[in-house]
Amino acid sequence: MPHMVIANTLRDGRVVFLSHDGSWAAAIADGELAQNETAASRLLADSKSSANSNVVIDPQLIEVNETDHGRQPTAYREYIRAYGPSVRNPG
Amino acid sequence: MYRYDEFDHTFMAERVAQFARQVARRMSGEMTEEQFRPLRLMNGLYLQLHAYMLRVNVPYGSLSSAQLRGLAEIARKYDRNYGHFTTRQNIQYNWIKLDEMPALLGDLAKIEMHGIQSSGNCIRNTTSDQYAGASADEIEDPRVYCEIIRQWSTLHPEFSYLPRKFKIAVTGAPKDRAAVALHDIGLRLYHNAEGKAGFEVLVGGGQGRTPVIAKTIRKWLEPEDMLSYLEAILRVYNLWGRRDNKYKARIKILVNATGIDEFRNQVDSEWDKIKDTKLQLDAQEIERIRAYFASPAYETLPDYSAELIAHGEQNTAFKEWLKSNTAAHKITGYLIVNLSLKSPKQPPGDITSEQMLATADLADHYNFGELRVNHRQNLTFTDVRQIDVYELWQKLAALDLATPNIGKVSDIIACPGLDYCALANARSIPIAERIQQRFEDIDRLHDVGELSLNISGCMNACGHHHVGNIGILGVEKKGQEYYQFTLGGSSTEDAALGDRTGPGFSTDEVVNAVDRILNTYIEQRDDIEETFLETYRRVGMAPFKEALYGAN
Amino acid sequence: MALIKDGVEAKDSFVNACHLDTLPASGDIIVSLDQWNDHRDALLARDAQLGVTLKSDQHPDSIADDLQHFALVALEFPAFTDGRAYSYARILRDQYSFAKELRAVGDVLLEQLLYMNRVGINAFDIVGDNDLEQWKVAAADYTVWYQPTNDGRTSIRDLRRG
Ligand code: HEM
Ligand code: SF4
Repeated sequence: MPHMVIANTLRDGRVVFLSHDGSWAAAIADGELAQNETAASRLLADSKSSANSNVVIDPQLIEVNETDHGRQPTAYREYIRAYGPSVRNPG
Repeated sequence: MYRYDEFDHTFMAERVAQFARQVARRMSGEMTEEQFRPLRLMNGLYLQLHAYMLRVNVPYGSLSSAQLRGLAEIARKYDRNYGHFTTRQNIQYNWIKLDEMPALLGDLAKIEMHGIQSSGNCIRNTTSDQYAGASADEIEDPRVYCEIIRQWSTLHPEFSYLPRKFKIAVTGAPKDRAAVALHDIGLRLYHNAEGKAGFEVLVGGGQGRTPVIAKTIRKWLEPEDMLSYLEAILRVYNLWGRRDNKYKARIKILVNATGIDEFRNQVDSEWDKIKDTKLQLDAQEIERIRAYFASPAYETLPDYSAELIAHGEQNTAFKEWLKSNTAAHKITGYLIVNLSLKSPKQPPGDITSEQMLATADLADHYNFGELRVNHRQNLTFTDVRQIDVYELWQKLAALDLATPNIGKVSDIIACPGLDYCALANARSIPIAERIQQRFEDIDRLHDVGELSLNISGCMNACGHHHVGNIGILGVEKKGQEYYQFTLGGSSTEDAALGDRTGPGFSTDEVVNAVDRILNTYIEQRDDIEETFLETYRRVGMAPFKEALYGAN
Repeated sequence: MALIKDGVEAKDSFVNACHLDTLPASGDIIVSLDQWNDHRDALLARDAQLGVTLKSDQHPDSIADDLQHFALVALEFPAFTDGRAYSYARILRDQYSFAKELRAVGDVLLEQLLYMNRVGINAFDIVGDNDLEQWKVAAADYTVWYQPTNDGRTSIRDLRRG
């Protein structure tokens, strides 16, 4: 199953995904998919570079399903991180 | 209420400046996340699933209307226009940006508020009875002592790196609305035979994965000795509390391992050495603080309750609300009014900026410009003239703050759960919403009567599930959310931990399970006067188990 | 490595001998509690100042009767989160009236300087000389204090009374 790197930005804590050019994307669709284990570990290593240590917090690999409705993290927790709370903001 | 003086203001300004420097050092890369994390936590800033979350202390639940307006403004300026009131009389913002924190803390300081020690292994916000100063059953106003504790515990040099978090609650009434038996230290004010006020001191209560009801360590403590005695307990804990395992680090574990009698000896021996130091409070200092909590300028008013009841005869909605959302006041002609933050339209404890602003106006108009946050995630107006109550109700209803459910099954305590919280195993808010929708019918709500239903999204028990009459704990099983039930918990003066019913229920089954529990109660109760808790204590688990899992 | 003592950079005359197998014949040294217990007579016979280190699980009661022999007590913070030594410092100062140097060693963060100061720690071993300026800034972070301790600073309660 493909993997992606998810993190929170240091500046505002928002959820981001590592994309192919090394930048951090806000939308899961814009992140880089690693199709195998080697690619996944390379992606994770990139995310933990010293430059990134002042850009994002706690980058991690997550498992992602590609579906007709877009990319879906398999763990529900990461699904909620990617798509926001399942309840609407009252504000 | 308490107002900052020049010293409090100086302290706050220095704190804001210090954190601004720390943020700058982190943003520039001078500090690593590992070094910075404890510093931001000490200022109440967590990183959650979607963003930073800021927890702001509402000291012992007391707010002025100006402060509430300030909190609304912060929600508007730095967050998404709402806040979440917690069971520990704090407000949390869910969408905070790190680089805006210095400005935000500056704005907070202007309204004499902050997030200091709202996280971390230190002494947290001291909590109290939301009816303090007003309720008919009060013996002494606990806020005086809460404020003394607030000052003493703020940046305490010796107790800022404790083995684990430390929570203190104070109550001054026989009816416990502050859950003192579930705190690391609980202080109960009462009058001795000579009519002098003093404390019963409880120690070692807590929830989390190992819930424990606190034990009495001292039957009688003179108010003048309060700080020296607290310092003695904290020192024994700081010295001997476990630091090798964070799940065994709370004082409750130490007290249980040491035994309450031996623990008491250790505290007494420490106390002997520090009793006569500057920690000793004198009457002058206590009276100085007490002056801040002088009663508002009550008028001499006739008892208007017959008229209110008559209003109720004309208007059932008002009648139901009056019955469940108000409480007796110590002064004739006044009433305590609770504002429900448990409308089915909003997550429990959530409040929008607009609601905050409108509530602040109502507080100015009807409640001497003050209000309280209470541990069931609702707000309280403590001093409303009975004659104004009907009008106030209409205005609250228009703001969706008058759901007539205080103390009822839909007055649910719920933590943020997996929708926001990084530690969660399951969601809490959607479960709460569904239960609230099921019990929207007023007749059913009031037929079921007094009942607390509490939901936590994981073992940490922020949603007080152990002490809910019905407790629901979210767990994760093979990637699915499951919910386990406990019955018979209570957080009041008869504090008790709930008993597990058995296997958990899926998201789809939870609401039906609640329904079955309530139907069983209704079948089993002696009469409509017998509450859920009383019935459970009388009949035990068996009929509920059968209703939930069948006869096998 | 620099030593800050009583708010200024100071020369450290002590050698940390805690991990040495044989104790130096001369010069000021800091020993571990075990070394003190094992070589007490030899250490007392030396013609130099003596310091002792308390690890975070070594309560000052263990040296209560010997304090007159020590020119300094070093309190070890194995991790900045281990706050036991804050209580040790207060016990040494307030209960045993130890008036000489109390030195914080180990994982001591800038942010903790003032807390440590207030419980009676007056010397800090700091890592990296370039931090010195920041230490001076941190030392000035606060000018007011709620808690009465024995560090000589006036608490807010006393200030309010004028
Ligand atoms: C969303 C961020 C939150 C995080 C990360 C968090 C974390 C924790 C943790 C780890 C514990 C267990 C402590 C222990 O047993 O040692 C705990 C307990 C607790 N929390 Fe939270 N919590 C959060 C939100 C809340 C909220 C929203 C409330 C109120 C609704 C709350 C109130 C409490 C209470 C009352 C306890 C249990 C009482 C006790 O300390 O024994 N927390 N929390
Ligand atoms: S109980 Fe668990 S899920 Fe709920 S707020 Fe606390 S830590 Fe988060």
